[in-house]
Amino acid sequence: MREEDALIGAQLEDACLTLDELSRACAAPPDWVIEHVREGLLPVAGESPSAWRFGSRDLLRARQMLRFERDFDAVPELAALVADLFEELHELRAQLRRAGFE
Amino acid sequence: MQFKDYYQTLGVARDATADDIKKAFRKLARKYHPDLSKEPGAEARMKEVNEANAVLSDPEKRAAYDALGRGYQPGQDFRPPPDWDANFEFSGPGFGGAEAADFSDFFAELFGRMGARPREGGFGRREARGEDHHAKIVLDIEDAWRGAARQISLRVPRTDAAGRVVLDTRTLDVRIPKGVREGQLIRLAGQGSPGLGGGPAGDLLLEVHFHPHSHFRASGRDLLVDLPVAPWEAALGSVIPVALPDGGTLKVRIPAGAQSGRQLVVRGKGIPGNPPGDLELTVRVVLPPADTARAKELYETMARDLKFDPRAASGG
Repeated sequence: MREEDALIGAQLEDACLTLDELSRACAAPPDWVIEHVREGLLPVAGESPSAWRFGSRDLLRARQMLRFERDFDAVPELAALVADLFEELHELRAQLRRAGFE
Repeated sequence: MQFKDYYQTLGVARDATADDIKKAFRKLARKYHPDLSKEPGAEARMKEVNEANAVLSDPEKRAAYDALGRGYQPGQDFRPPPDWDANFEFSGPGFGGAEAADFSDFFAELFGRMGARPREGGFGRREARGEDHHAKIVLDIEDAWRGAARQISLRVPRTDAAGRVVLDTRTLDVRIPKGVREGQLIRLAGQGSPGLGGGPAGDLLLEVHFHPHSHFRASGRDLLVDLPVAPWEAALGSVIPVALPDGGTLKVRIPAGAQSGRQLVVRGKGIPGNPPGDLELTVRVVLPPADTARAKELYETMARDLKFDPRAASGG
């Protein structure tokens, strides 16, 4: 690969995606995001929608919740509950890796 | 191109009701969920199940598929006749965007001419930004120090001159900057789905994962490593060289009396970044084997002279 031909990836840091960027990245309308934030189902940093900033984990959570709502007709609260459990699962798996068990 | 039997993929009869299909899909979506499934090839199976569901859960696509696929067997060589879909009016969501990247050539051949439509719908060919795509990239932990160059092959839907969506395989040369961490997203601007009506292309978002490493583990930007030490190094204290993933070596002071399991933290020596992570060392005291007369004698001397009871604190 010639160095000059390579595409340079940009690291997305925590709390860097705007409302529009998040909704585009998970292919959901901004209203879906707003409603889920207002219901406390999606965490966010910032006061008003224009100031909201989301991170990588929030995007993964939003995509996961969308899939549960779409594939299983889950109500948003149930999708959020399952997403909570998956986050817990990933955290426990990470602890296992930290302890050298995985 | 091989014919795909979507009914077989979902395990339903050809006369299955919409409810049967929904139930079968949900059962398989649970079975092959990528975060939980222990089945081999679960991720690939989930893509097949999603594709079958996309066709069979949409009455228009299902009717077209049924009309075309009559008489075909799974795996049989298949080529749809020209203009086979002239009598079908597709009004549902088109074929394009992020989901198309996961679907097969067979699907593209059948439904590509439905075209990619702007998600918002509407009349005419309005301008719309292309959808973002998502992919995983698995790196070595050393890549977090030195950055990485990778070739990534992606299947990307493209609308040809006839307005038909075809799947292209596109190879990208990508440079991953140093300092990445597990679960982080890397954005490649403009490398997602093409825009419509002159709209900008979407982005490609890569989710970073690390291959398991024989010595190192990562937690965020913290680098975790076990530090095997001899009993006298732990008891008396010592300075021990620790090899780092960047090829360098760090001298770490083990305090006298360090027990197995004790954690030592070296600030700022984890994965680089702003701020950089920490290096977390876990002391593991390794006993020398008592496999020679001299070694046994040394252990017996310690047993006799030290009067050490490791269970004293626990009352054992």
